[in-house]
Amino acid sequence: MSRLHRLIPGRSGVFWILLFGTTWLLSRHALDLSRILEARWIVKYPAAWQLPVERRISGFMQWLVEDAHFGLFSFRDVTRFVASVIELPYDLVRNLLIDGFSVGLGNQAVEIGPSLSWIAIVVMVTAFGHFVRDWKLAALVGGCFLYLAVFGQWDSAMVTLASVLIAVPFGAVGGLLLGVLAYRAPAFEALIRPVLDLMQTVPVFAYLVPILFLFGFGPVAALVATIIYAMPPMVRVTIVALRGVSDEIRDVGVMVGCTRRQLMWKVLIPTAAPTLMVGVNQVIMLTLNMVIIASMIGAGGLGFDVLSALRRLDIGGGIEAGVAIVVMAIALDRLSQAFATRVAGDYRLDPNLNIVQRHPWSATVLIVTVVTYLLSSQVPGIQSFPEAAALSTGTFWSDVIGYINVHFFDTFEAIKTAFLTYLLLPVKRFFTGIPWAWGIMLVTLIGWRVGGIGLAALAGSLTALIAAVGLWDKAMITLYLCGTSVLVASAIGIPMGILAARNDTANRVIGSLIDTLQTLPSFVYLIPVVMLFRVGDFSAMIAVVLYAMAPAVRYAAHGIRNVNPQLIEAGMVSGCTPRQLLWRIRLPMAFPELLLGLNQTIMLALSMLVITALVGTRDLGQEVYIALTKANTGQGIVAGLAVAFIAIIADRILTATTRRARRNMGLDG
Amino acid sequence: MEHSILLDCREVWKIYGARADDLFKSHGNRLSAEDLAAHGLIGAVRAVNVQIRQGEIFVIMGLSGSGKSTLVRCLSRLIEPTGGEILFEGRNLLAMTDREMIAIRRKKMGMVFQHFALLPHLTVLQNAAFPLEVQGMPQAEREARAREMIELVGLKGREAYFPRQLSGGQQQRVGIARSLAVEPDLWFLDEPFSALDPLIRREMQDEFLRLQGLLHKTIVFITHDFDEAIRLADRIAVMKDGAIVQVATPEELVLHPATAYVEDFTRHIPRAKVLSLRSVMTPGVPEGATAGDLLVSERIETVADRIESSALPYRVLTEAGEVVGHVGRQAVIDVLIGRGITR
Repeated sequence: MSRLHRLIPGRSGVFWILLFGTTWLLSRHALDLSRILEARWIVKYPAAWQLPVERRISGFMQWLVEDAHFGLFSFRDVTRFVASVIELPYDLVRNLLIDGFSVGLGNQAVEIGPSLSWIAIVVMVTAFGHFVRDWKLAALVGGCFLYLAVFGQWDSAMVTLASVLIAVPFGAVGGLLLGVLAYRAPAFEALIRPVLDLMQTVPVFAYLVPILFLFGFGPVAALVATIIYAMPPMVRVTIVALRGVSDEIRDVGVMVGCTRRQLMWKVLIPTAAPTLMVGVNQVIMLTLNMVIIASMIGAGGLGFDVLSALRRLDIGGGIEAGVAIVVMAIALDRLSQAFATRVAGDYRLDPNLNIVQRHPWSATVLIVTVVTYLLSSQVPGIQSFPEAAALSTGTFWSDVIGYINVHFFDTFEAIKTAFLTYLLLPVKRFFTGIPWAWGIMLVTLIGWRVGGIGLAALAGSLTALIAAVGLWDKAMITLYLCGTSVLVASAIGIPMGILAARNDTANRVIGSLIDTLQTLPSFVYLIPVVMLFRVGDFSAMIAVVLYAMAPAVRYAAHGIRNVNPQLIEAGMVSGCTPRQLLWRIRLPMAFPELLLGLNQTIMLALSMLVITALVGTRDLGQEVYIALTKANTGQGIVAGLAVAFIAIIADRILTATTRRARRNMGLDG
Repeated sequence: MEHSILLDCREVWKIYGARADDLFKSHGNRLSAEDLAAHGLIGAVRAVNVQIRQGEIFVIMGLSGSGKSTLVRCLSRLIEPTGGEILFEGRNLLAMTDREMIAIRRKKMGMVFQHFALLPHLTVLQNAAFPLEVQGMPQAEREARAREMIELVGLKGREAYFPRQLSGGQQQRVGIARSLAVEPDLWFLDEPFSALDPLIRREMQDEFLRLQGLLHKTIVFITHDFDEAIRLADRIAVMKDGAIVQVATPEELVLHPATAYVEDFTRHIPRAKVLSLRSVMTPGVPEGATAGDLLVSERIETVADRIESSALPYRVLTEAGEVVGHVGRQAVIDVLIGRGITR
């Protein structure tokens, strides 16, 4: 070991320069080298060495669906059972919200009851807004739903809402139960923790492929995917929340003679409720995000509207549906956040009042619902918002985009070309030129340098696996797109974070901007980008930057704000200018925090990158997307895992670097 | 009844660290502090023997890290001791099944916690009724009982409040009401007043003494505050590094501290607060006129004014009315100014 150390120059800068230099040279001349040596394996991973993982997985899935049998029942029966458990409540909610109740099938169907009136639903959410917070929130969510009705997005929005209403209880309760189990049985926690880790890094599209294969195209498959996607954070939050209950509270439970079950459900869970509600809020937002994406496997609703508009290049329609998604996301987020922080009322009810006076809101909702329900078959416009009165912003948006394109086409084109020529293409050439064998070496070396032998082995073998399944080229394109996007996101996000940390007004503006950006489902980002820049890597980059910027801003602001004030004072006493304070004290001290932000940015960028396959990138995301359209499980899972591997390598290397940085600065032991 | 032992704790150990059980099995009670240190273990409770008598206030006093909280959790079996026996009404708690333990805790034990540990989602009434709810008592019955307890601790009228709407002192009153709701035979109080402001603390101590005057519970009271200990205790156990240094009445502790460590605590305690007439009186039946009679167990603090303002000495009587000695002005003044106190 010591001899190895002597071989590598003591100053770590030299190591990195040498490493980069070699890589650059190899990347540039690998092609020539392979021609001279007549060794094509240098630039292209030989097909003969490829591991047949894809086929094996597809074969296994085939077997699972067609032949697997566990004595009393087959695997098919299991999926059918799961489907029916989800389908029943889903149909019920959907009938209630939008479709209406009917008996019989197809043309013979006879309507036996209409769905709820749009008026009733708007009144309901408004009342709920008032119940959980106040008049302001009631007005906001009422306004949001009214918007959906007036602007003709009602039907799709209700389909989406039905999916959310079904997926959230399943995801939240399922996550809670798994979390409780993990809390009680450490062995079970050890089992699911790596699964949770993997599920957070595997891109969303990759979930869809096997589920599509198992459940077929349709709302149920979409719901299953959504529930699986939204559950992991709830599991984590549950474990953390239960652990966070103070020992004394637990002791109280034991001392009053609670049984294990009573201790859990009467003491621990109610005490942990505020934290658990944060998890529920996350489940709701992830559910909405996934319901939109899952429109690709038949979820319908607003997501489907966006998807089909994107496919038709229907500018107005796409933006209209996109805005509807945003409106819905904001309403759901504000409602669930308010619900989470709600303090139970402590007013006492006056027993002299009658039941309507005691519950004015519930009574109003009930009366409005019943009256509109009875009237809906007689009076037009109550059942569903009158079409004649509905406004469409579609043409307006088309005109706006048209106007922009006519007048600013050259500007946009120039920006795009400049980015492509000076940033995207050179970086792309660099990454795609790296010969796979050196790539594996490179990652191993970096792992060794920052984290020692263990990390080197992990990073090296994961990289080798990516090459071995024949996805090297696509992985390099992913890396290039991810790399440039993260670079741009950091270049914009970190200065914004610094500004937010130093200035209260800026903090408020940037904070609310970032909050809103984070509540939006990832799909929405694609719409304006495609409208302005059409398909291609540049559009993908912009979408990824918008989606992934938030953590860069947050962590930068947090890091700068938390620098020990005594250090700043020491700097000022030493006569530092504000600029010197920033560059010599604040930024270096916030460095570990910046690295954490970078880590998060990369994770978000990778997850968004896969979705940008829709706007025509040629990376691993495209591979998953193709697998999805062909329902090729093996291909989808392998490509999904490749993305997960990249995420894991990046995460481990950055975590190790952060730890070193913190240790060097004496921030912890 | 006065001297029957309710809780008998024999050679109780609690050792933390990897493979603590193995080491304990091989060494048993001979385990020394050096052995523990050599194996990188922490002896939070070491070979503790205490007998808690029916109806007494037994205070366990020690600084933070002395193991007093761990000990009380061993006594209530919130923490599983590494070794030893804990006999409650003659039965070993440590040999009991979970089900038996639950039954004992439901009917015979109550505990008050340092940070109140009220359930935030329940009202005052529901918190006080919680132990009864857990037992499955019908709502009307348990709420009636909880109301009595709330009235007992002086919170009548606040039944519908939530814990967050109460001050610290009020919250601890709820904690006390809750722990008393099952009418426990053995009442644990784990630093119940330590998280309160000094003035409130004093008020709560008075309240506690008032309650004990009504209820006559057997009490194990944990504190790090020596003043509090001598104010409340019938007997005090001083703990240090997981072991009990001395068990004695406050008076004995002040007069005859077993070690320098105990003496450090007692040095600044005003003697008048601790000493009873027994320790300052002149034995024998007084000759001549006396000003009146005083009980031998009276603390100097409470009778100093009367003795000092009288020119004649007082007779000192036992509870049975037998004259055992007399005490005069000079003896009281000596105690008050700390002159010639025996060690």
